[in-house]
Amino acid sequence: MEALLPKAIFVYLAAALVITSILVVTNKNAVHAVLWMLVMFLHQAVLFITLDAEFLAAVQIIVYAGAVLVLFLFVVYMINLRTELKIKNFTVFWPAALFVSVALLILASQALKDFRTPSPVGDMSPAAIAKVGHAKLLGQALFTEHILSFEAVGVLLLVAVLGAVVLTRRIRMRGEGV
Amino acid sequence: MIPVSWYLVLTLFLFAIGAFGFIARRNVIIMLMCIEIMLNAVNVTLVALGRGLEHTTAHVLVFFIIAVAAAEAAIGLALVVLLFKKTREVHMDEFRTLKG
Repeated sequence: MEALLPKAIFVYLAAALVITSILVVTNKNAVHAVLWMLVMFLHQAVLFITLDAEFLAAVQIIVYAGAVLVLFLFVVYMINLRTELKIKNFTVFWPAALFVSVALLILASQALKDFRTPSPVGDMSPAAIAKVGHAKLLGQALFTEHILSFEAVGVLLLVAVLGAVVLTRRIRMRGEGV
Repeated sequence: MIPVSWYLVLTLFLFAIGAFGFIARRNVIIMLMCIEIMLNAVNVTLVALGRGLEHTTAHVLVFFIIAVAAAEAAIGLALVVLLFKKTREVHMDEFRTLKG
């Protein structure tokens, strides 16, 4: 009975993730889609916790649920989508899209048949996570081995924010000034 | 411990749903959200495999993917706002030309 509980939790989380992502894709109302996506991200954070990745679960909630989804919600509010509720939300060639995604599913599941569980090669064992914590292990790897990538990502975020500001500033007509 | 292959099957379904939405939806904002679903499916794969291999690199990669996804969402939504200002329209099949 002890081994049944993690499996039951995983099945619940998997069902919730699939159902909420289907709701995001099929919902007519963009605000509802964003809110279903919030539910999906929270379930995904719990899925990260079942994989002993507490730090990534926290980042998932702070960055995705806290920042990215609020950004989406603001844009949905800025753009008036009152007509959206009355028109079709899929393009005319949606059966082709369904065919593509089902074909992807079948092909990738064929590849998955030969999957063998990998044997551990690193130092992030459950004992180490329980002893020093996931955040410390990840921080040690991040600030020693991957420090250059970390700084590059910082520059990338700066460029992205500057790009967003430059793109959405008021567009002036020619001859109206600088 | 749940087998890693269960997580891979789950992420396969999530990725397929996201891909379907990206191709089939008309609304540009929902299309961007479908990109986020696909990125999250890949994130779950990387966390599960990193847990199976007990190696930190996969989890560091997930950290970077989250940062890049945030940057991508900022730029993508800025483009959507720009598109809406210019054409009063956010439906992808209405744009028949890429001329300025």
